[in-house]
Amino acid sequence: MKVRVLQDIMSANEAIAGHNRELFDRHRVLCVNLMSSPGAGKTSLIEATIKALKDRLAIGVIEGDLATTIDSDRIEKTGARVLQINTGGGCSLDANMVSLALEKFPLKDLDLLFIENIGNLICPAGNALGEHRRAVILSLPEGDDKPAKYPIMFAGADCVLLNKIDLAPHLDFDTAVVRRTVTGLNPKVKIFEVSAKSGQGLEAWCSWLIAERRKRLK
Amino acid sequence: MTQNLLDMALSKAAEAGARKITRVNVTIGELSGAVPDCIQFYFDVLRKGTAAEEATLNLTSIPARLHCRQCQSDFRPEDLPWTCPRCGSLSLEITGGQELFLESLEVAE
Repeated sequence: MKVRVLQDIMSANEAIAGHNRELFDRHRVLCVNLMSSPGAGKTSLIEATIKALKDRLAIGVIEGDLATTIDSDRIEKTGARVLQINTGGGCSLDANMVSLALEKFPLKDLDLLFIENIGNLICPAGNALGEHRRAVILSLPEGDDKPAKYPIMFAGADCVLLNKIDLAPHLDFDTAVVRRTVTGLNPKVKIFEVSAKSGQGLEAWCSWLIAERRKRLK
Repeated sequence: MTQNLLDMALSKAAEAGARKITRVNVTIGELSGAVPDCIQFYFDVLRKGTAAEEATLNLTSIPARLHCRQCQSDFRPEDLPWTCPRCGSLSLEITGGQELFLESLEVAE
């Protein structure tokens, strides 16, 4: 006997992601899923953003890593509320990991939650967490060919941050190439050129976060 | 992912009152991020001791499809990087290949 099913295999993850999102909405928290290669500067960008926005938004951070608390220890020093998830080798966070983390992570009094995903440009693209916005960080030393090589990640981003822009004079990275490839795949994407280290370009990124948070309040 | 697939198959088979699953038909888009060999490998591990223990896993691949916003052509991309084969544009919309679903089961009562 044949049983027709026609059901998305990721539907269990999607359902939990939906619950996470309801929770964010109930607490009026903007949730941003930050994705990138290892070493692109996710943690540094979060630190710089917390510093820049500390008088304007209450920011919490869920840190994803295979193992270690190196990143959450760094965030803790900023004074922001932080929780570490260790996937034990898994190449992406999934909605259930975030859901379990949220049981121990009060959203009350928060305006913005960053979820720092596992560092790679493949798996995280396929796992919804319940986030409102997806931000992909591409750092200049990685090369301007990354959007062409990992199109799914960049096609699904709401914004792309070109980090370590202060290194531009020393590298052959062509931002125009990246802009052409990314906007070709994803015409509505916002692209910010930033340096988490020098602070260059962070104002536009922070303004975008504030505007996105405001949209959640309506 | 494979555990989700197996759980879904087992629950649908139970709903249908089936005793065992003989075949699991899955559709995998080329851009879904799922790797057929991995799904097969984990399926063989996970099915042991379940109603799908003797099931054959049948994986059907769906090719990637892109639409060129410039010249409106639809095509199956060759290797990365993607460019429109007709006009060379990078303004491309993904229109197929991200599917990943359990299509159907064959069960025995």
